[in-house]
Amino acid sequence: MDIESAKLLGAGIAVLGVIGSGIGIGSIFSAFITAVGRNPEAREHVFTMTMLGFALVEALALFALIIALLLLFVF
Amino acid sequence: MASPLSQFEIKTLIPIEVFGYDISFTNSSLAMLITISSILLFMILGLKSSNIIPSRKQSLLELSYEFIANMILDNVGKSGMKYLSFIFSLFMFILIGNLLGMFPYSFTWTSHIIVTFSIAFFIFLAVTIIAISKHGLVKFLKFFAPSGVPKPMLLLLVPIEIISYLSRPISLSVRLFANMMAGHTLLKVIGGFVFVLGANSFIIGGALPVAFLVALTGLEIVIAFLQAYVFAILTCLYINDAIHLH
Repeated sequence: MDIESAKLLGAGIAVLGVIGSGIGIGSIFSAFITAVGRNPEAREHVFTMTMLGFALVEALALFALIIALLLLFVF
Repeated sequence: MASPLSQFEIKTLIPIEVFGYDISFTNSSLAMLITISSILLFMILGLKSSNIIPSRKQSLLELSYEFIANMILDNVGKSGMKYLSFIFSLFMFILIGNLLGMFPYSFTWTSHIIVTFSIAFFIFLAVTIIAISKHGLVKFLKFFAPSGVPKPMLLLLVPIEIISYLSRPISLSVRLFANMMAGHTLLKVIGGFVFVLGANSFIIGGALPVAFLVALTGLEIVIAFLQAYVFAILTCLYINDAIHLH
């Protein structure tokens, strides 16, 4: 395998890390909907924590994306 | 067509060299200057005629102040209020920087790892110094050994705690940088689709990516706010750790 195709394959494999983040974001928002469904009063308070969790989990997906971009454009 | 990463290129505007170090005035410095001056303008215009019944500009200012004040009260408590000015300026700096980056042809300085890393690293240093000066070195080192854990487990837990403490500035900075860079790259890539599809299919084909681009721009504006919020709230949590040392 030559270097160029190895780079493309590597970038594709690196992006697989986004799967975990997708599962995480899904579970965060399902928990948020459940919480608001049970106690609509708590919506404001739970929402800020949901957004925090969402940003933390989304960052992990972006770490994988950064690796892919580094492989494609830098090396 | 230009690479989607070419928007992050740093161009020298006024070359300055001091003792062999390149400290030129670049488009990144210009973007930061614009950020700071727009924050100053916002503050000055908001406080020009301060009344008990606020004007529109003043109530916008009070809103952002109360937002940060409540964030600190919720996450740190009364003892954290002396860091209000720091966290407020940090939040405003990053927020306005992110939002100004959304203007076409502007430069997003938050999309550079060295900028976000130096902000995060100084926060990390400051938090460590606050913790040591408040509690002493011995109590600070006990922070890495959670209480109520069986002795053999400490062998495993202490290195994990130390690594997670040391990786704070990295995760804090990479989160902001990666979000801004990936978002702006994505906008450019979709913009490229508009160009290619529009040129190949009599403009009609370009409509779909344009609609997607509009939605994505909205999402990016939300992300710009969210990342500034997360940066500020994580700084609050670190300061809370330093003040209270669980």
